[in-house]
Amino acid sequence: MVILGVALLSGSLLIGTFIGNLLGDVLGVDANVGGVGIAMILLILSTNMLARHGRLKPETSSGISFWSAMYIPIVVAMAATQNVVGAVTAGPVALVAGLVAVIISFALVPVLARVKTPGVDEPVAVFAEEN
Amino acid sequence: MDALLSTLRDNDLIVAFALVGAVVAVSVVISKVLTRGKFQASAIAIIIGLVLAYFGGVATGGEDGLADLTLFSGVGLMGGGMLVNLAIVATGFGASFDEMKKSGLGGIIALVLGVVLSFVIGAVIAWFFGYRDPVELTTIGAGTATYIVGPVTGAALGAGSGVIALSVGAGLVKSVLTMVVTPFIAKSIGLNNPRSAIVFGGLLGTTSGVTAGLAATDKRLVPYGAMTSTFYTGLGLLMAPSVLYFAVRALVG
Repeated sequence: MVILGVALLSGSLLIGTFIGNLLGDVLGVDANVGGVGIAMILLILSTNMLARHGRLKPETSSGISFWSAMYIPIVVAMAATQNVVGAVTAGPVALVAGLVAVIISFALVPVLARVKTPGVDEPVAVFAEEN
Repeated sequence: MDALLSTLRDNDLIVAFALVGAVVAVSVVISKVLTRGKFQASAIAIIIGLVLAYFGGVATGGEDGLADLTLFSGVGLMGGGMLVNLAIVATGFGASFDEMKKSGLGGIIALVLGVVLSFVIGAVIAWFFGYRDPVELTTIGAGTATYIVGPVTGAALGAGSGVIALSVGAGLVKSVLTMVVTPFIAKSIGLNNPRSAIVFGGLLGTTSGVTAGLAATDKRLVPYGAMTSTFYTGLGLLMAPSVLYFAVRALVG
């Protein structure tokens, strides 16, 4: 049933966010530390486990895939609610600082992407061109 | 007319779905006709979203873009933290845990370096613009990390509201630029595999910028970038008002 997939997704997000908040409390910062990342790991592990036991029905999956497919539209809505005026009118210091930070961070991506985790030699998968 | 307006107001989330659908449809046409498929429709849709946010902000003077217009308040719900997080986690469905483990070390280095680097860049540029007070330099540096780290750090250190606003501005510039620029230069920085997406998320750190930029590039990259960027703000909040502030004070004060 579709709702089972949605519930699994929601449960993962709730547990992840809860752990992220606890982590924030422990570290003494007023923020959610990695909640979404933890939720994603929970979802990946739980769906893998269900699939191994043959219990991940296509309808259950479709409850998760729907929200995955809604990601881009939701991001468009998120973009439409950003404080763009604030960014544009922030003044030269903010503009230059943001711009330089983006340029240098982008430039470092190919450098750091070469770092391998010790003990793992296989190359990472490269995504083929998508049309 | 009143009946129409009240229908739209009472169904604000549905209005948002319809509006975003229309924006995406227009983007698909622009992508096919004007750019002959060269620019992805999702990248165009996100840029249209940002333009709408600009007009919403100009029209109302508010901070939530289009959502500040009553008629479009549903866009705020659709693009708000709750649904955004649900959808990001859903993109992890089908992502490979092994790929994440393989890139673990690079991701952690990128995360720490990303926070320190953005902070240093922000602080150095503030210095060039004549700021000398360690609290102000720290606040602007923190804001350059993300627009959440800036104001929280500024409040913790007792910075003035002008500097705090500036730090939010720096973070917003970074976030908006990341959304817009990523799809266009993804190829030239090798952003086409899980490992570089994990590094990208750690270096840039702005979750909204990283995930929107990756979504516009190739949706399959989103979970990998989200994995590291989701830790960035927490790490920034941890380091900026403490270690990084002490470092600035030691150098300047």
